[in-house]
Amino acid sequence: MAKFLPLSQAVADNLNNGDTVAFEGFTHLIPTAAAHEAIRQGFRDLTLVRMTPDLVYDQMIGMGMAKKAIFSYAGNPGVGLLRRLRDAVENGFPHALEIEEHSHAAMANAYEAGAAGLPCAIFRGYRGAELARVNPNIRSVTCPFTGEVLAAVPSVRPDVTFIHAQKANRRGDVLVEGIIGIQKEAALAARRAVVTVEEVVDNFNDLHPNLTVLPNWSVTAISVVPGGAHPSYAHGYYVRDNASYLEWDEIAADRDRFSAWMQKNVIEKSADDFAARVEQLRNVA
Amino acid sequence: MNELGFTPNEMMTIAASRALKGDDVCFVGIGAPSAACNVARLTHAPDITLIYESGTIGTAPDVLPLSIGDGELCDTAVTTVSVPEMFRYWLQGGRISIGFLGAAQLDKFGNINTTVIGDYAHPRTRLPGGGGAPEIATSSKEIYITMAQTKRGMVEKIDFYTSFGHGDGGDHRQRLGIDTKGPTLLITDLALWKPDPVTKEFTVVSLHPGVARDKVQETCGWTVKFADTLEETPAPTELELKTLRDLKARTDAAHKGVALSAKRGSRDG
Repeated sequence: MAKFLPLSQAVADNLNNGDTVAFEGFTHLIPTAAAHEAIRQGFRDLTLVRMTPDLVYDQMIGMGMAKKAIFSYAGNPGVGLLRRLRDAVENGFPHALEIEEHSHAAMANAYEAGAAGLPCAIFRGYRGAELARVNPNIRSVTCPFTGEVLAAVPSVRPDVTFIHAQKANRRGDVLVEGIIGIQKEAALAARRAVVTVEEVVDNFNDLHPNLTVLPNWSVTAISVVPGGAHPSYAHGYYVRDNASYLEWDEIAADRDRFSAWMQKNVIEKSADDFAARVEQLRNVA
Repeated sequence: MNELGFTPNEMMTIAASRALKGDDVCFVGIGAPSAACNVARLTHAPDITLIYESGTIGTAPDVLPLSIGDGELCDTAVTTVSVPEMFRYWLQGGRISIGFLGAAQLDKFGNINTTVIGDYAHPRTRLPGGGGAPEIATSSKEIYITMAQTKRGMVEKIDFYTSFGHGDGGDHRQRLGIDTKGPTLLITDLALWKPDPVTKEFTVVSLHPGVARDKVQETCGWTVKFADTLEETPAPTELELKTLRDLKARTDAAHKGVALSAKRGSRDG
């Protein structure tokens, strides 16, 4: 049953050094506040799983928290490269980073298989793709009915998944709408699921019955963090801060500038600071 | 801007937009493909179905998205599905007619590298990687590629096969059991290229206005083959140019945030 907790406690209770953890969100609803809380608590040796690592993994890798990254697109979407991740892969700074690289199709299937309790995912993929040569976790199976050779990858089963959602009701059921991405699968694939939400409402009685809902008994902890996806966005609440994504490219390009930015904007801040960051981005519609 | 009144990049985007038809279901890569697909939608192909990998199907953005998951794509879409559904039912299920991709590195058989420059384990430059492209390249019925020509980008041998085109050429796709057509069109800032029917090597079939053969060769890392009868790409029309420039202006304003409070309904500034 979901427990409502302050974010600092939800993170402390559910994340451990050495865990395999997914902070998921496919461009939309990225759990930035949860990631920053994990950074403040200084976890180490994490295996970070995510389709599109994005800024929060660039930050966690740059802060030396990651032992390994499992991903399918290590870019700043629409802007370019992730410069802290590059520094780790190209120069071993701040330390070497093991990578397990997939395609989006593989990761999406692997999360779905994890949510379905399967050991692996099977799909038609990686044909002619060289990732299959460099990643030993990309293998193949032959369909017992048709003989077709299909790709197989291990399912993703994180110790804990963090996601951000629009709202929870007082019972702790969680609603996600808009670009729903991979969050439902990532939450159900994990042993523990921690959700940050924009707000808590009394009930979901007047909502469309098919909106994505995680029932309270499938969620471990919920923390209310308005603005907690910034600079990503929460559909219906505030827009994507594209300028911040462009700015990150310059911040992350320089090791010292990165450290100074992290100190000022993450280490010395708290989850309560997110609401003010989206004030100018609230929907005008 | 050349003396013809448009830039090579504008010609590239507009030439690419013309290749799309109203009944196409197009899986759109970010960047140059996204601009071309939306110019097509705003000019001759209003009914085209544009799909972005974030799960937005039939989207009609007013400004070009910065990322594949900007809120504008969802707001204007016919429907938005989860990422696994996108890749399983819609792409792997064979419902995409055109996959439209860009490339960091491309070879003459349409193989694409967006993963690393140099060795994979010890790269000189670590690029973002494949994202959706490896399966878009093999599950879409056919593939269009668009990129500006440079010797660094168009190379004899790519450093990593992120997304499979025609492999070593000829029937390489069929030999791997891939039954889709693969790359059928390459649109650069200088020319239109199509694969040779037998060897599958990209061959220049049309030069953009004011472009000489030498210029195409100078900006390409392999020895360029030209078709026997070479056409000239029609120059952009006034409508095409205005549509593209208005779209870019709206996009630039939105991404800098200045249009934020003025734009009703946009969820990504």
